Amino acid sequence: MATQLLTGNEAVAQAALDGAVSLGTGYPGTPSTEILERFDALGGRAQWAPNEKVALEVGLGVAFANARALVTMKHVGLNVAADPLFSATHTGVAQGLVIAVADDPGMHSSQNEQDTRHYAEAAGAPLLEPGDAQQAYDYTLQALELSARYQLPVILRMTTRVCHSKSPVRPREARMEAPAPRYERDIPGRVMIPAYARPAHERLRERLEALAGDQAPAALLREEGTSTALGIVASGVAAAHAREAAPEARLLEVGMSYPAPMGPIRAFAEQVERCVVLEEGDPYLYRAVRAAGIEVEGKPEPFRCGELTADRVRRILERDGRPEPAPEAAGEPPRLCADCSHRRVFQVLSRLECIVSGDIGCYTLGVMPPFEAMDTCVCMGASVSVGLGLRHALPAEQARRVVSVIGDSTFVHTGINGLVEMAYNPPNTGHVLLILDNDTTAMTGLQEHPGTGRRLDHRPAERKLRYEALALAMGITNVHTVDPAESAEELERLVRDCLASEELAVIVARHPCSLASRRLAAFQGEGESSGS
Amino acid sequence: MSGGTVTSVVIAGLGGQGIVTASDILAEAAFRAGHEVKKSEIHGMSQRGGSVSSDVRFGGRVHSPMVPLGAADYLIISESTQVAPNRHRLAPHGRLITPAAVPQLFNEEDPRRAAQAAKMVNVALLAVLSAHLELPEGCWLAAIRATLPERLHAMNERVFRQARGLETIFASLTGGGRGGRAQ
Repeated sequence: MATQLLTGNEAVAQAALDGAVSLGTGYPGTPSTEILERFDALGGRAQWAPNEKVALEVGLGVAFANARALVTMKHVGLNVAADPLFSATHTGVAQGLVIAVADDPGMHSSQNEQDTRHYAEAAGAPLLEPGDAQQAYDYTLQALELSARYQLPVILRMTTRVCHSKSPVRPREARMEAPAPRYERDIPGRVMIPAYARPAHERLRERLEALAGDQAPAALLREEGTSTALGIVASGVAAAHAREAAPEARLLEVGMSYPAPMGPIRAFAEQVERCVVLEEGDPYLYRAVRAAGIEVEGKPEPFRCGELTADRVRRILERDGRPEPAPEAAGEPPRLCADCSHRRVFQVLSRLECIVSGDIGCYTLGVMPPFEAMDTCVCMGASVSVGLGLRHALPAEQARRVVSVIGDSTFVHTGINGLVEMAYNPPNTGHVLLILDNDTTAMTGLQEHPGTGRRLDHRPAERKLRYEALALAMGITNVHTVDPAESAEELERLVRDCLASEELAVIVARHPCSLASRRLAAFQGEGESSGS
Repeated sequence: MSGGTVTSVVIAGLGGQGIVTASDILAEAAFRAGHEVKKSEIHGMSQRGGSVSSDVRFGGRVHSPMVPLGAADYLIISESTQVAPNRHRLAPHGRLITPAAVPQLFNEEDPRRAAQAAKMVNVALLAVLSAHLELPEGCWLAAIRATLPERLHAMNERVFRQARGLETIFASLTGGGRGGRAQ
């Protein structure tokens, strides 16, 4: 196939197709979302899971069945999927399982800038770090191969700049052959009771040791230059910045940062007078190299925060300790669309002086002026449970003002657990949960989920999750539905009544996202004109 | 800067104004002309009307996908309010290209045609840029066709040809063209 201009995300999808991945699954999260959308568009089998934990477990099942799986998420999604990750390295896999995790240094659209590489080491999962779209393609295929060879899940650590940057990608000549799915019973290998988990842990360490000493991942190491004065050990996009900032330096590009190939790094460091480790995020590789007794410099602490750039790399190399220039102008912040029905909701909550336990999605923008109607936003699903905690502890006159606000996709993701808690451990003053159902995962670019009744490709799903029925099934009888765009007065009356009732109440504020409606209409129009 | 012949372009505006699509067209045109290309942008929150900017670099050997501060050879701004927040991206020798460079697009009195024209402002701005770059016109037109949906091809190609032609004439008459200088 000819060379194409692709984003890192598109390159991962192309590699999944060329690597005969039989199922791609994940949960949308910027900057990872386009991987599965592209995989679907290329003809791969891709589906959205309700959350990352479910996605990884489904992927693990696929890999147990001797088929290949790709699981995608943003960095904070791996927190949700951490539980299966730590066991998956113990059970191992029969075939390739690749977990593509997109970190967001600089927090362009995230609540933190956590570094996924700590998870790799903690769980014992090998981790590859592509630095551009070609490497995103190559490393995805290598991750599939390494995963099968060492029977371990492999993490592909992407970063925002790799996910969303385009550069030429030359695909492999021949696609990998799809393995034949089959079930082989392996009770001690797959059932993690303590008696089987103890040998499994030893097996994991042996596999990692073999991988670290293997010559095969040599393709993941690239050395350039001949300088004996300055050497740079770099991973991910930091290598590109290093080439630009210090073209004269000798460069060792490390593609596998866990387990890092200490032999070649030691040999490289010994050839130069000064050796600097450059990496996006925490000084992870630097510490690993130092712990191996290799003399290297890292980046000064301020460079842990934010993205690296060629300018910042130059400062690091020049040991420039002056304060970095402040951003010149902030530009325009994002805000709720002019015709967004969430606006009505936050006007009501602001007017009623509610204490709003918020959540993650477009509606987090309710925190911005003129509404300023959000008091907490922690992580996916936390609105419900944090709101309950506030209700339990606050004096009654304040507790009565607490409302939890969550979007439809986030509710399905991890809000349902909170609702179970609400039904099981109700606060003395009751509680009000407001589900803002705009029929899409809007903030990440209008993805489907179990509550929209449509699959990843926007075609009808067999079932549609009904939040009102779910609440009723949990024994909450005070359940209401209202269209905030049609009647903000009705919404205000409902919220006021539910707060005054001091019972458990669920209000579904339902109005489709206008962006999604337009896109859906366009998609359905296309479907008709193509005769499907 | 290594390579010497790398051209750096920053395209900036607000979410929903087609900034990413415009940078896709430029990157695709440079790629089709045989250059090494890297393109980088931040999207996500930008869908909600926030500031968006996209960096495109092409030439011999491009390393970092991001244009360093104060190093853009060209800064294309799709809306005048976004000039100030992005001016610092431009190199001292750099050229600023704003909708003021394509006044003919905004002389439409019929509101329907004016709305259509507003949607094509990015392609017109790329056309102004194209008059200053050594990329063959065929690569530009192929990039437009590869990036935009088919129903928009004819209209955008017409706007592109027209704006490119006018800028080429202005550039030859004034030695500068209507894209303004940085300082």
